[in-house]
Amino acid sequence: MSWGYVSGILILSGINLMTVLGLSLLTGFTGLFSFGHAGFMAIGAYTAATVTMKLNILPQSMFWLHFYIALAAGGLVSMIVSLIIGRLTLNLKGDYFCIATLGFGEAIRLILDNVQYFGGARGLPNIPTQGTTTLTNVIIINVIAITVLVLIIKSRHGRNMVAIREEELATQTIGIDVFKYKLTSLAISAFYAGVAGGLMAHYLGYIQPIMFKMVKSTELTIIVIFGGLGSVSGSVVGTILLTFLPELLRSFSNWRLVLYGAAVILIMITRPQGLMGGKEFSIKGIIRLIEKSRHKGEVKS
Amino acid sequence: MSYFLQQVINGLSLGSVYALMSVGYSLVYSIMNFSNFAHGGVIMIGAYIGYFCLTLLNVPFFIAFIISALGAGLLAVTMEKIVYRPLRKRNAPFLYFIISAMGASIFLENIVIASPIGPTFRSYPAIFSTTPIMLGNIALGRIDLLMFIISALSLIGLMYIIEKTKIGLSIRATSYSIKGSTLMGVNVDKVIFIIFLLGGFLAGLAGMLFGMKYTVYPQIGNITTKSFIAAVFGGLGSLPGAVIGSILLGLIETMTSGYLSSQYRDLLAFALLISVLVFKPTGLMGKTTEDKA
Repeated sequence: MSWGYVSGILILSGINLMTVLGLSLLTGFTGLFSFGHAGFMAIGAYTAATVTMKLNILPQSMFWLHFYIALAAGGLVSMIVSLIIGRLTLNLKGDYFCIATLGFGEAIRLILDNVQYFGGARGLPNIPTQGTTTLTNVIIINVIAITVLVLIIKSRHGRNMVAIREEELATQTIGIDVFKYKLTSLAISAFYAGVAGGLMAHYLGYIQPIMFKMVKSTELTIIVIFGGLGSVSGSVVGTILLTFLPELLRSFSNWRLVLYGAAVILIMITRPQGLMGGKEFSIKGIIRLIEKSRHKGEVKS
Repeated sequence: MSYFLQQVINGLSLGSVYALMSVGYSLVYSIMNFSNFAHGGVIMIGAYIGYFCLTLLNVPFFIAFIISALGAGLLAVTMEKIVYRPLRKRNAPFLYFIISAMGASIFLENIVIASPIGPTFRSYPAIFSTTPIMLGNIALGRIDLLMFIISALSLIGLMYIIEKTKIGLSIRATSYSIKGSTLMGVNVDKVIFIIFLLGGFLAGLAGMLFGMKYTVYPQIGNITTKSFIAAVFGGLGSLPGAVIGSILLGLIETMTSGYLSSQYRDLLAFALLISVLVFKPTGLMGKTTEDKA
């Protein structure tokens, strides 16, 4: 495996990770399930691509700044859309919210299919890839994203979201504005997805509406579950594993998706809590683990 | 005027096949309260069984219908046993059911692509002549007519089972309350077996009808998204609602492609879904959902 290939997969993992982090807040910490995040990625991708291609006001030497502005614009637009959608649909319960997000994600794709300004179903080609989505940029953005996410989760707001996940009615009874926190969670996750979309557009160099089908949304939700609901480090490990695994299995070509489907069912049946099961990686935890095993050894001797 | 009537007839025949799919989906939803996203996979397998019965085994087409219905029913039941039963025994939240269903649908779609059948589009052998039956100015496609008749007959059959037989009574009871009906001596496992079997039968028929109308390919199951829309439109978990929602969706779709453009057909279907969820989430005839504390 050449370094170019590995770094390519790492960039892909980073792009997936951005969306998965957002979804982790929404699904793992707030308890809402979305099958429409590919739609938010699409909005981010098209916005960011438009900004870099059509709004060249900064000098060429400042291109990196222009790229970051484009990503932020992608995130913001998809956040604004999510606020509108959230206001309309967040009162729905369980399956209904799922189906609403599914319908929304597909609707975005079908709208993009028909907008000639964005090239319709043929998509947008010739998006600049030089000096945009490099591995360094992806790592910088992901580190910022993870830090912000952990800070949110550790804050009062994050704890309120976890409370909604655990017992929505009780949370409402003690005076927490459930709707507001659900909306915040959705908006943040949409922002992350938008930025990820922007990264993806500038990595591939072209975008087409068909890239953002429902299958993509499902794949992202599956990664969150696989990593473990309510665990940021689980999301990180899960994303990297599930992005690398299909690449390693590439020689099996068609059979790898069969294995993937079977693996998803198997995980749901045998280890529903996911890889990390709501726990986090931390240095303290590792030390505790080592001490525990040493302790056991002493008892035996 | 005759153009309008023509569109109505096309809409009715498309809607009736949507009804076959959404009824199976709604049956599962009414009892297990989750969206069975693997329904599309069952439809796809049904379509392939029908195709191979007609091309390799050369059986008469109505026997092919029966075989594909039975095969799809068997598949649905097996899937329930392997995929959903362990989750049900654990009382897993609905999300796990949905994700497993997605996994099952990825599995089924790709096992067909990876197997010797492959991802190619296959068209059914011509069983009927393509010349339509003329009623005045209106052309009745023979396949469209067949779609409508088979769908109507099987829906009437299903309604009979649900309304008049003892197993239908237990299905209705279970859809009100699983706990209550268990206490009354209803075997819930058996009820769930039956609903998956019935849903599978209908899915097999729908798959074969779609295969005859269009072609057979591994992604044909994606058409079930339409049946989810129809089921939500009619009211999730309500069988008459699913039928009415499907017929209306079929009419709306053919009207859109007839008078506007077929490009907007899917867009309008999803717009309909979102507006129903926003303005009347219970649909036309759905049960009111209460927040259970």
